[in-house]
Amino acid sequence: MNFKKLAALAATTALCAPAAFAADMANELTLVSWGGAYQASQQKAYVEPYLAMNPGVKIIWDESSAEAVAKLRAMNEAGNVTWDLVDAVASDSMRLCDEGLADELDHDNDLAAAPDGTSASDDFGDLLVSDCFVPQIVYSTTFGYRTDLIDKPDSVCAIFDLEKYPGKRSLQKRPIDNMEWALYCDGVAKDDIYEVLGTPEGVDRGLAKLDTIKDSVVWWTAGAETPQLLADGEVVMGSTFNGRLFSAIAEQGQPIGMLWDMQSFDLDGWIVPAGLPADRKARVMDFLKFATDTQRLADQAKYISYGPARASSAPLVGKHAELGIDMAPHMPTDPANAGNVHVYDYEWWADNRDDLDAKFQAWLAK
Amino acid sequence: MSDSTSSGPVLAADGTPLKRSLARALRMQKMRALMLIAPLLLFVLLTFILPIADMLFRSVENQIVSETLPKTVVALQDWDADSGEAPGEDVYAALAVDMKAAAEAKLHTRVGSRLNYEKPGISSLFRKAGRKVKKWDVENGGPFKEQFIKIHKGWGDPDVWRTIQTYSPRLTNGYFLNAADMQKGADGAEWRPENEQIYWTLFIRTMIMSLAITCSCIILGYPVAWILANLPARTANLLMILVLLPFWTSLLVRTSAWKVMLQQQGVINETLVWLGLVADDARLVMINNQFGTIVAMTHILLPFMILPMYSVMQTIKPTYLRAAKSLGATNWTAFWRVYFPQSVPGIGAGSILVFILAIGYYITPELVGGTKGVFISNRIAFHISSSLNWGLAAALGTILLVVVLILYWAYDKIVGIDNVKLG
Repeated sequence: MNFKKLAALAATTALCAPAAFAADMANELTLVSWGGAYQASQQKAYVEPYLAMNPGVKIIWDESSAEAVAKLRAMNEAGNVTWDLVDAVASDSMRLCDEGLADELDHDNDLAAAPDGTSASDDFGDLLVSDCFVPQIVYSTTFGYRTDLIDKPDSVCAIFDLEKYPGKRSLQKRPIDNMEWALYCDGVAKDDIYEVLGTPEGVDRGLAKLDTIKDSVVWWTAGAETPQLLADGEVVMGSTFNGRLFSAIAEQGQPIGMLWDMQSFDLDGWIVPAGLPADRKARVMDFLKFATDTQRLADQAKYISYGPARASSAPLVGKHAELGIDMAPHMPTDPANAGNVHVYDYEWWADNRDDLDAKFQAWLAK
Repeated sequence: MSDSTSSGPVLAADGTPLKRSLARALRMQKMRALMLIAPLLLFVLLTFILPIADMLFRSVENQIVSETLPKTVVALQDWDADSGEAPGEDVYAALAVDMKAAAEAKLHTRVGSRLNYEKPGISSLFRKAGRKVKKWDVENGGPFKEQFIKIHKGWGDPDVWRTIQTYSPRLTNGYFLNAADMQKGADGAEWRPENEQIYWTLFIRTMIMSLAITCSCIILGYPVAWILANLPARTANLLMILVLLPFWTSLLVRTSAWKVMLQQQGVINETLVWLGLVADDARLVMINNQFGTIVAMTHILLPFMILPMYSVMQTIKPTYLRAAKSLGATNWTAFWRVYFPQSVPGIGAGSILVFILAIGYYITPELVGGTKGVFISNRIAFHISSSLNWGLAAALGTILLVVVLILYWAYDKIVGIDNVKLG
């Protein structure tokens, strides 16, 4: 019996007799995530309701998403995959899919349809960037600035304008996003960015633009660094994930403003490791279907300011669970914020990431 | 009978020759000794030596190409890479067969990622082709050349085929070339373009900065160890806790504390500005550069220097110094000619510990090193956990290991490894 039949059978049985069904599924589920506020939002939005429905199940968290790709590869080589469901950013999910470390999914069969009957693949739309990937949230890498130290910038190109906005800036220590912003601010049209970046001259042009501010940049590797640097006054503006800025502004009341111009959308979601035994896989698929349905993704936005990946979830986004503020205006996907966005080309970066990274690091070390 | 006993070998009590009996007893003894250390030996072998050997082997291993594309590799042998033209139909037909098999086993994208390290763009060629070829009839659906080029024009690019051909042997020196800022060009190894050269810089920087860290540890640690060794035991133990205290604090906490101290809006700069020693718009840059890395790492590694020095200095008898002075030596001569030579083994042990630990550090340089203060280990970590180019990481690791062994050998020649003591 192949898996699809098993899953179909399982699904029908689940409707008729949940108790009988539970016996075919493992009762332990190891979820891998990022820890911190993000994992807490997953815990509250999907794990707790799922446990309430399935009292016999035990969920174990592993906060290893940052090194998930390498660990999953090592586990796979050792023939002992202990993880059941792994949270990964979209580019990592493509890598895992390419390496055969993640299972390909049939999105329409494996995931719940929207309440109005729209199939899952239509509901997620373009966000299904890889066959192995189920997106949960849309986040963006965007800029925060000190409202008390510099004038309000209205364009992302403020990072390259040292005269009008003096002071240090923090940027992520990788070519992704920075190269695109550099070319955009050097006058390349948004639609041509990847075409230009694909040529050696384009890379030089991007690095030359970054060179103009190189001495004023603090490079970060962990998402928490920029909010801290902004709070200390060490930098006057800096890029980071929008959720980090939200908590610095709304939860900690720091004098920081959001600059949404040319924010770079990215996705975070689940992948199912390849080679799980049937009982564990059945449990994973059951959980996955529940945890990525319309209501669950909308619920997650109560706890963190990341946009739900399903189109059908957007109208259901409500207020912050503790602060009571309306969450919609803080979502990167909100129309007021998404006026001018940069759409990240996953396929292009999967091809060119290693090459560009070598050039970027060589440039940094110079 | 009696003749044979007198001229034959000496016999043991049980009649066997004494020599054999002795050898057996010795063998038994050796076996017993081996049995006693067997658990540890096995443990070290299984958990340390084998994984390292396996990891090092990855630096030359390249079976994936010939295993996943066996027919293509054979068909490609006769193709002349310098012809400037894509190979003929036979190669494409072989590729179609290989690709279909690989796509069904979901292996095609792995080869794609492997070759993408050498030529950007190949990973999407394989990803796209695999999807289509899965549906092809590879027996009689030909000709395949046009079909491949229709999927992506990259399949008609001779450079792509050159890369496949260059990386088809089961073993490769490509990772090592890459680790030395070189690449396989049309005629053998050649330097990479200047804007991609980084590893030499990083290797040299790692060595120089590790040396600087070791030296500053010696300079700061020596007086501390001397005081500890010459105080009464009660006070010394109390002070020893102060030396060990940082040991018990998380590495990340200590590193972050240095950020708070050294950054431009940090404690030191604020104090200097308040004292009027530094102008407000000319605050010192002490972090996110080499200085920050050296300060933070010296602090973190200092106990590894102080402890061996301390235990060696404790064994130096104060009577030697007194004897030297009674014979007319000045304080300095007594120290330099009598005390210092005896403390050298402690310095040696501490230096080796600190230097080798420093070479392998990457969290601290990543956090406080900015762009000029990062080490080769940061790149190794990047290739292990992020780019998944484990072959390159293994090559870099192997080079680092060899460099450390050479330095160890040089140290043995210059100072002598017998001259290292932990107490």
